[in-house]
Amino acid sequence: MDRLLFGDNQFFGVNHMSEEKARAQAMRFQSTDAIMSVLDAAYDAGVTTFMCTTHDRIAEVTDRVRSDAERYERQIFYPCMPYAHKYANAMGEAGVFGAIKQFLPDGGFLDAAMRGGKSFARKDIEGVITLLIDAEMKMFSGLKTPVIFLQNVVVDFLLGMGFTEAFRIFADHVAKEYHAEPGFITMNMPRLLDALDSVGIDNPIVCSNINKLGFRMSGGIDSYIDALNNRKFRAVAMSVFASGAIHPDEAIAWVTSLPNVESIVFGASSRTNIESTVELVEKYWRNP
Amino acid sequence: MVNVGIIGLGKMGLSHFSIINAHPDVKVVGVCDSSSYILDILGKYTGVATYADMKKMFDSADVEAAVISTPSRFHAPMVRDCLQRGIHVFCEKPFCLDPADSVALAALAREKGLVTQVGYHNRHVATFGEVKRILDRGALGRVTHVLAEAYGPVALKPQGSTWRSKKDEGGGALYDYAAHPVDLLTWYFGHPESVSGTVLSKVFSTETEDEVFTTLRWPDGISGQLSVSWSDESLRKMTTRVSIWGTNGKIVADRQEIQVYLREAEPAPAGYGRGWTVRYTTELTGEVDFYVRGEEYSSQLDTWLTRIADRATSGPADFDDASVTDEVLHAILTSGDGSVQAVSPSPASVERQPERPTGVWAWLRDRRQARRTHSGSKG
Repeated sequence: MDRLLFGDNQFFGVNHMSEEKARAQAMRFQSTDAIMSVLDAAYDAGVTTFMCTTHDRIAEVTDRVRSDAERYERQIFYPCMPYAHKYANAMGEAGVFGAIKQFLPDGGFLDAAMRGGKSFARKDIEGVITLLIDAEMKMFSGLKTPVIFLQNVVVDFLLGMGFTEAFRIFADHVAKEYHAEPGFITMNMPRLLDALDSVGIDNPIVCSNINKLGFRMSGGIDSYIDALNNRKFRAVAMSVFASGAIHPDEAIAWVTSLPNVESIVFGASSRTNIESTVELVEKYWRNP
Repeated sequence: MVNVGIIGLGKMGLSHFSIINAHPDVKVVGVCDSSSYILDILGKYTGVATYADMKKMFDSADVEAAVISTPSRFHAPMVRDCLQRGIHVFCEKPFCLDPADSVALAALAREKGLVTQVGYHNRHVATFGEVKRILDRGALGRVTHVLAEAYGPVALKPQGSTWRSKKDEGGGALYDYAAHPVDLLTWYFGHPESVSGTVLSKVFSTETEDEVFTTLRWPDGISGQLSVSWSDESLRKMTTRVSIWGTNGKIVADRQEIQVYLREAEPAPAGYGRGWTVRYTTELTGEVDFYVRGEEYSSQLDTWLTRIADRATSGPADFDDASVTDEVLHAILTSGDGSVQAVSPSPASVERQPERPTGVWAWLRDRRQARRTHSGSKG
C-alpha cells in the first residue's frame, strides 16, 4: 500500500463538521469532470490509489479510467463496500430482507433460500454475501483492485452482534474471486483486531480514525496507540485532520510519529491541498 | 451486569442489538422476532438465544430489561406486558400512537419504579445538547420563535412495502420523521398549549403523509413552526435542524454544528461571546465505548443502562417526556383538518417539577459553581 491514499468523502457530500460545506461540495462535484480533475491532480501528485465507496457515481469514474488506460496506467482502486445509505434508506422502505433482495443481481436467490424451509444454511448466507460483493464489484471490472474494504457501518454492526464469521466469508471471497487482500474499516479498531484474530485473519489491513483529537476512536485513543504498538496488523489512518479540526501540519506530524501506520487516507478538493498534504507527508514521514 | 432481551429485529432492533451486545455491562439473554429467518441466522452465527414469542422469552430467560423495536402499533401492549413483569424498558420512537396509552404506561412505570426511555436519539447528539445548555442558561434572553426542520430521502415513489408506509401501524412522515424535531421542541420548551395551521400532505405515498407543516404555541409567548418532509432526495440521509430566535440572539443547530449569535455575552456559557460563535460536533461529542452508526445511538443506550444501575427512574426521554411528545404528535394529526388543537398538559407533566432551575436561576447557580471551582483550584 502507498503511504497516501486518496479518499472520496468530499465528492459525495460527506463532511463531519458542516452540512453547508457538505452541500456545497455535493453541488461542486455533480459533474464527473469536476471529480476527474481532482483525481487527476492527485494522480499527478503521485497519489495514485483511490479508496472509494461503491457509490453509483463511482461507476462514472471507473468508466473514464477504463476509457483512457494509458493516462491512468498506474491508477489503483481500493473499493469500500457497500455504500451504506443505499441499504439503510432501502431498509426503511422495504425491510431488511427487501433491501438485500433489491441489491442482489439475482433476487430469486434469496427467495429460493427462504423457501428452502425453515433453516437458512451456511451456503445460503455465503451465497448472499458473495453475490452482494460481486454486485458491488461490477463497476471495477478490468481495473486494479488489490485491496477491497468492507465499510465501517457493516463491519461494526457485525462486530457488535458477534457475527464474526461474515469477516471470514468476505476475506475468502475477495481473495479467491478478485485476488485481493481484504480490508476492514472500523470505528472500534482494538476490538475488531480481536474479532479478526478469532476467525484466523492474520495481519489484517484495518482502516480506522487515527487523529490527535481522539475523534471517533472508540475505546479511547490510548487503546489505539497500544494496538499500534503491540498488535500485528497493517494500519490505515483515516480522519487524521478530524474533518479540519486539527491543523494539517500538526495532524500529519502526530500521525506519522506513531508506529505501524502504513498508510494515510485523506480527502481534498483542490490541487493545492493535495500537494500540500503530499509535502507534509514527505516532510514528516522520511523513514517509514 | 444487566440481562437484556431484544424484541423486534428490524433495522432499529438489529442496530440496538449490535450496540448493546457490545456493552461491557450487558448480557443479551434473548432476541425475539416474528421472522424465523432472522432468528435462524442470528442463532446460528452469533449464538444468541432466539424466541418467536415474547412471552416464551420472559418465561425461559431472566430478562431484567427489554429493548422494544417493533412496529409502533405494538409498542403499547408490549411495553405494558414488560412493565407488569417488572422489566425496565427502552422503546423505539414514537412511544405510543394513542397518548392515553403513553400517559397510563408512564404512570405504571413510575408506580413500579422502573427505568424507561424512548429512542429519541437527538437528545444525545452533542450539538442539540449544547442548544439545551445554552437555553437553560437563559443566554438567548426571552425566546420568541423556533423553527424545527427534518428532511430526508425515505419515500421517493408511490408504494413502500413495510409498516412504515401504513398509517394505522404508525407509519408516515409524522411518526417516523416529525417525531424527532417535535421531541427536540418539547425537550427545549416543554408542553405547547396549541397546534394549528397543520398541513399533512402526500408527495408520493398513497396511504400516509410525506410532508408535515404546523404551527405550535407555548404558554410563555413562544411560537414555533415545524417543517418536515421525508420525500427530499437532495439529502443523503435524514437531516434535522433547529433555529431559535430570542431577544438576545439566535441559535442554528444541526447534528454537525451549532452557530450562535449573541447580542450580549452574558449569561452565555464560557466560550460564547458577542456576535457569532460556531462549534462543531468534532469538539463537542463525547467518546463512546462502541460505535456503530453515530455516537448518539450508543450514548442513548448507555444512558439507559447507567440509569438502570442507578435506579434513576427519571431521565432524558423517559416515558413521561415521551408522553408529552406523543400528545403533540396526536394534536398535529387531529389538526390536519384545519382545526386548532389545544394540547392539554398531561397529569405527568403537571406533577413533575423541573429537575433543575432554568433561565437566570441556572445562570446564577452555574456562576456560583464556577466561582467555587475557580477559588478551589487556587487553593
